[in-house]
Amino acid sequence: MKEELIVSGKHLPGIYPDLHLWHWEIALYLFLGGLAGGIIFFASYFVIMGKEKEMPTAVKWASIIAPLALVIGLGALFLDLNHKLYFWRLYTTIRFQSPMSWGAWTLLLITPLSFIWVASYLKEMFPSWDWKFNFLNQFEKFVIKNRKGLAWILLILSLIVAVYTGILLSAFNARPLWNVSILGPLFLVSGYSSGLAAIMWISKNESERKVLSRIDLILIAVELFLIVHLFMGFMAGTAVKQEAFNLFLGGPFTVSFWVFVVLLGLVLPGVLEIFELRGYHVPKWVPAFLILFGGLVFRFVMVEAGQITRYLY
Amino acid sequence: MKTRRQFIKISTAGVGAAALGLQALNMTGANLFPDQFSGDPVSDEDLTPYPTYCEVCFWKCAAWSYVDKKGKIRKVVGNANDPNSNGRLCPRGTGGIGMYYDEDRLKTPLIRETKKDGTHYFRKASWDEALGLVASKMKEIKEKYGPEAFGYFNHGNPGTHLEHLMRAYGSETNAEPAYAQCRGPRSAAYYATYGAYIGSPENTDIRDTRCLVLIGSHIGENMHNTQVQEMSMAIDQKATIITVDPRFSTPAAKSKYWLPIKPATDIALLMAWIHVLIYEELYNKDFVKKYTFGFDQLKKHVKNMTPEWAYGITTISPDLIRRTAREMAGHAPSVVIHPGRHVVWYGDDTQRERAMAILTALLGAWGKRGSLYLPEAKHLPHFPQPKYPEPKWMWKDVNEGKYPLATMGITTEIIKASIPRYKNKHQVKAWFSAGTNLPLSMPDKRLFQEAVQSIEFFAVMDTMPMEVTGYADVVLPEATYLERYDLLRSAQGRYPSIALRMPSVKPKYDSKPGWWIMKQIGERLGLHDYYNYNDYSEVIDWQLKQVGSSLDEMKKIGVKKFERETGPLYLAHNEDFTFNTNTGKVELYSTEFQEAGFDPMPVYTPHPEPPQSHYRLIYGRSPMHTFSRTQNNHYLWDLQKQNSVWVHPSVASLWSLKQGDKVWLKNQDDAVTDFPVEVRVTERIRWDSVYMVHGFGHSDKHLSRAYGRGASDEKMITHYAMDPIMGGTGMRINFVTFLKDNPNKKKEDKA
Amino acid sequence: MRYAMAIDTNKCVGCADCVVACQTENLVPHGFSRDWIVEKVDGTYPNLDMAFQSERCNHCENAPCVRCCPTGSSHIAEGGIVLVTHDECIGCGACIESCPYDARYVHPDGYVDKCTFCIHRVDKGENPACVDVCPTYCLHFGDLDDPNSDVSKALKDRNWYVLAPEAGTKPQLYFLR
Ligand SMILES: Nc1nc2c(c(=O)[nH]1)N[C@H]1C(S)=C(S)[C@@H](COP(=O)(O)OP(=O)(O)OC[C@H]3O[C@@H](n4cnc5c(=O)[nH]c(N)nc54)[C@H](O)[C@@H]3O)O[C@H]1N2
Ligand SMILES: Nc1nc2c(c(=O)[nH]1)N[C@H]1C(S)=C(S)[C@@H](COP(=O)(O)OP(=O)(O)OC[C@H]3O[C@@H](n4cnc5c(=O)[nH]c(N)nc54)[C@H](O)[C@@H]3O)O[C@H]1N2
Ligand code: SF4
Ligand code: SF4
Ligand code: SF4
Ligand code: SF4
Ligand code: SF4
Ligand SMILES: [Mo]
Repeated sequence: MKEELIVSGKHLPGIYPDLHLWHWEIALYLFLGGLAGGIIFFASYFVIMGKEKEMPTAVKWASIIAPLALVIGLGALFLDLNHKLYFWRLYTTIRFQSPMSWGAWTLLLITPLSFIWVASYLKEMFPSWDWKFNFLNQFEKFVIKNRKGLAWILLILSLIVAVYTGILLSAFNARPLWNVSILGPLFLVSGYSSGLAAIMWISKNESERKVLSRIDLILIAVELFLIVHLFMGFMAGTAVKQEAFNLFLGGPFTVSFWVFVVLLGLVLPGVLEIFELRGYHVPKWVPAFLILFGGLVFRFVMVEAGQITRYLY
Repeated sequence: MKTRRQFIKISTAGVGAAALGLQALNMTGANLFPDQFSGDPVSDEDLTPYPTYCEVCFWKCAAWSYVDKKGKIRKVVGNANDPNSNGRLCPRGTGGIGMYYDEDRLKTPLIRETKKDGTHYFRKASWDEALGLVASKMKEIKEKYGPEAFGYFNHGNPGTHLEHLMRAYGSETNAEPAYAQCRGPRSAAYYATYGAYIGSPENTDIRDTRCLVLIGSHIGENMHNTQVQEMSMAIDQKATIITVDPRFSTPAAKSKYWLPIKPATDIALLMAWIHVLIYEELYNKDFVKKYTFGFDQLKKHVKNMTPEWAYGITTISPDLIRRTAREMAGHAPSVVIHPGRHVVWYGDDTQRERAMAILTALLGAWGKRGSLYLPEAKHLPHFPQPKYPEPKWMWKDVNEGKYPLATMGITTEIIKASIPRYKNKHQVKAWFSAGTNLPLSMPDKRLFQEAVQSIEFFAVMDTMPMEVTGYADVVLPEATYLERYDLLRSAQGRYPSIALRMPSVKPKYDSKPGWWIMKQIGERLGLHDYYNYNDYSEVIDWQLKQVGSSLDEMKKIGVKKFERETGPLYLAHNEDFTFNTNTGKVELYSTEFQEAGFDPMPVYTPHPEPPQSHYRLIYGRSPMHTFSRTQNNHYLWDLQKQNSVWVHPSVASLWSLKQGDKVWLKNQDDAVTDFPVEVRVTERIRWDSVYMVHGFGHSDKHLSRAYGRGASDEKMITHYAMDPIMGGTGMRINFVTFLKDNPNKKKEDKA
Repeated sequence: MRYAMAIDTNKCVGCADCVVACQTENLVPHGFSRDWIVEKVDGTYPNLDMAFQSERCNHCENAPCVRCCPTGSSHIAEGGIVLVTHDECIGCGACIESCPYDARYVHPDGYVDKCTFCIHRVDKGENPACVDVCPTYCLHFGDLDDPNSDVSKALKDRNWYVLAPEAGTKPQLYFLR
């Protein structure tokens, strides 16, 4: 028989015996970051492609969600800080090796830009809108004139933000579940899929929804493919990786992952979307809701499960 | 039935609410840390060191207490010049400041009162009132029954101040658990063999030994500082360690040979070793010839005690017995047969200790480098006082002719003398205790409880609201060792040394130094001549001046070493030496025992085995705690909050017990633990025994951290085997079984 | 200069003195600790092995906690000692998530704290508090670049191992067998 006991106790509340330092705040933040990234990506993408007219929801209406999601996400992140009064320290340095650092900086850029993006459409969306101050009107004009440029910047930032939500975790080689390079692309795809779902949910335009649906199906397929890859990697990995995998195969996260994330969050909405494309009537909120819900659960599962995986004891 | 002296558990709304309030505060972040945690680490130069010596156990390591500019004690660190600590305290000593900071400390004198409904409670009292009450009760007892009827229990320094008072008053009716529940058999055995005691710190030359033999001693769990340090040095020197223990103890893991002996059979092993040494002619012939008495009798005595014979008893293979005997002989005389310390195991403990003493002699492992050295302590003259009055009877008379070789009072006998039904010729009518927690340190709690109901008065001096204080009529809160002057420490060792304890801060709350408390009582009893000073520092200064030092000097150095006056540390080759025994020799055959009607040479007798589905309860020390006194110390509590019951995997599977399961223990007399204890499933224990660390399972709610944590081994020790020679109480003869459901539940529901 | 610690698991008795000494020296609040003791038992009765490991921050040469820190609060000081500057730390926990040894904790004041190798003592040429208190003399501290340092000497003739080498952190606590 083998025993490994910490005989003095290891007095690290929230860290030992199980790490559960990051809670819903981080999970929510990662979800909202991906969601906002997705929305912004598609908004700017369609603008760049000159599809502003065909895709009004994606470009205008849905993009209202993005800054809100970002602000709520940032709020959650702030809540999670333990030394809150010092948060400004984030912006006294840039640490390229720290995903947290460039994530913070990216958010610092993308959040106001996403506000500006929405603002630049306010008049189109609400014709009676008036900025009241002249300089704001001037500024609006400037933005509208340079919308394509802004779209390019946002497109790149949205990529960074969405990918960053995965890389933030995958950079932690202390947590075998997270420490896989596939997590960045996976979170990116999942985030974009969430973004699409949000757009589809509010879109009243049939043809727009069809386009989006097609893209989403591709994303779902890619996501499923990445998930299979992720688990194949774990299976072929070292003991700690296999332990991580076991959390999902018989372990405490089996149901939440395979049922909620994969079946309900990916496969079912995928099937429903296919049905819809084939002309069957599916209430539009159903696949959208399932994808969003699946994406949220995915973040929670990854944050919680990842913290349990470890090298020692 | 309402008993006269109910145990007072304060669980009244007041206390509970206060505790809750504190927690609520903690949760809001206000008042987050106790005092000692504000600030950054500072260098020692910014702190003021005050000399002290540790009182967390009785090794008395000298130390410095570091106080910062705000008057806050930061840490206690060993005094590098101290032979007991070499500048390093053990975990309990390092955590000693927790005693000072403990918010559960006794804060004011308390007096027992009775409510109208007959329940008892403690009332806060002024010092004057509390001391006056104790003094008047002492006068009363003296008038009614004579001072001898005022019994007392003492341990450590607080106990010494009490002893002074009581002897001046006229009583020597005392006992301390540190004798009959600890070292007593060792004293009797080594005295009978060598005419000298082992003493404390033990004169074991572990540092320089080639071979260390531990019979049960679990050094490393037993954290007696110098022993632990020297064992480590011995490991560096590649000394052979042989450990005899039914449990895979910490030193067993560091041993070349671990002998996983069946409990209660050590005498057989020891006699077999002696057999091998004699019959393989491996013994130290020069030593035996020059210094010992009774070799021939011994040789005859052990003729049939062969390793094969011992194998059947001990389960240790004959080959291993022979190999270890030869290994010892190969290193002789540089062998330490460790005499042990807590040796009251099975009631024939003096004889086991005798066997160890004899083994030592056969190896010539006495007075030689790497064996038992010749210790020396500095004699400190007594501060001038009149002679103590001669009591008409004393602890010895309480034994009524039993235990003729006892050299100190026997706890259980004083307790019995307090119970009228035992019809003792000398009745004890009142108690005073200081520095001992009787209900958790003596066997058979029911006996204690019966006695405490029978007596007329009980005064307790303590620092903490321990179980014993719950039975008191008057509780006298002593200041902790960091807040008081105290007796000078004179330690025996390779060379004599003394150490000073002085206050590094003022006493917290309304606590007072023990010397002050006892002096106040003494003054009220008209014993001024025994207290001819205003402050104890005068006594210390006077004593120091007699030995060529002074209080001023000691305040600076803390520890002073002296040259030896009794000659070298070791015997010279072939040096003549007269031992303080009847024959002047090391008595392999004890004439003293023979005269007193005991076996002059040790004999193995079988002890009862565990009944069906019961397991022998063996117990020992946690390195992080001292007896029952440190469980509430926040630092040490953090390290270990509760004990566990160690269970062999085969036993665990028989009972379907898993790691961390909670069980209650029940012993052969149907005694049940108050609280559940966690199961540790481990290969480190035999299948016929379970193991627990002593000192847990506190039942006094005043101890907010320690209360209800783990199980008390004491509660399971209802049965004990009296050592007929000196009255030791063998306590490892109790057998326990597991209860998976709460046996105390019904009672609770009713209450 | 490269500070490191060697821990003799054969001599350690698992007493946790090093834990208490650290707490009093560094004012580590109750309920927290910068170091801890692991007891490892292997075998079946009576053929058993047991060793104790006194553990703390490994002061990793390739420290992920430092890399992940968004503020630069976690940094590597002279001699390779990994430190946290309390008033630069935002308490985001990235460093905690990144440490394979779970060696850090969130101080109740909000910042993240951990073993400092007692830099306030080491700077003065003293040993860390845990090293100086250990009653079995089983902790060895010093500069690996100095062949005469206590730690270099302890490592010289002994087999050693480090914890979770596969995490790639290049830990600087060496456990002597
Ligand atoms: N079941 C069981 N019983 C045992 C043992 C065992 O292993 N198991 N061990 C035995 C042994 S070896 C011994 S030596 C005895 C020891 O037994 P005790 O002499 O009873 O020792 P402690 O349990 O330490 O109790 C000491 C008491 O002194 C108090 N105290 C501590 N410091 C001070 C102080 O500065 N001033 C005052 N006034 N009081 C103080 C504590 O609060 C506590 O109430 O127990 C023996 N009894
Ligand atoms: N940390 C710490 N250290 C202490 C103390 C403390 O409270 N805490 N108290 C001090 C005091 S006063 C004392 S007296 C000493 C006591 O310490 P020791 O003198 O070392 O006490 P023992 O009772 O010999 O040791 C208990 C060991 O005996 C083993 N044992 C049980 N039954 C048998 C048996 O039948 N045969 C053999 N060979 N071994 C057996 C147990 O498995 C256990 O390992 O410790 C001292 N040191
Ligand atoms: S051995 Fe430990 S508890 Fe005992 S006096 Fe020394 S430092 Fe204090
Ligand atoms: S103080 Fe020393 S012996 Fe005790 S646990 Fe720490 S390293 Fe081990
Ligand atoms: S042990 Fe952890 S905290 Fe220490 S340097 Fe390594 S990664 Fe950082
Ligand atoms: S918690 Fe503090 S030290 Fe750790 S990564 Fe965040 S800012 Fe850096
Ligand atoms: S080196 Fe200092 S800070 Fe680190 S564990 Fe040891 S005592 Fe604590
Ligand atoms: Mo003892």
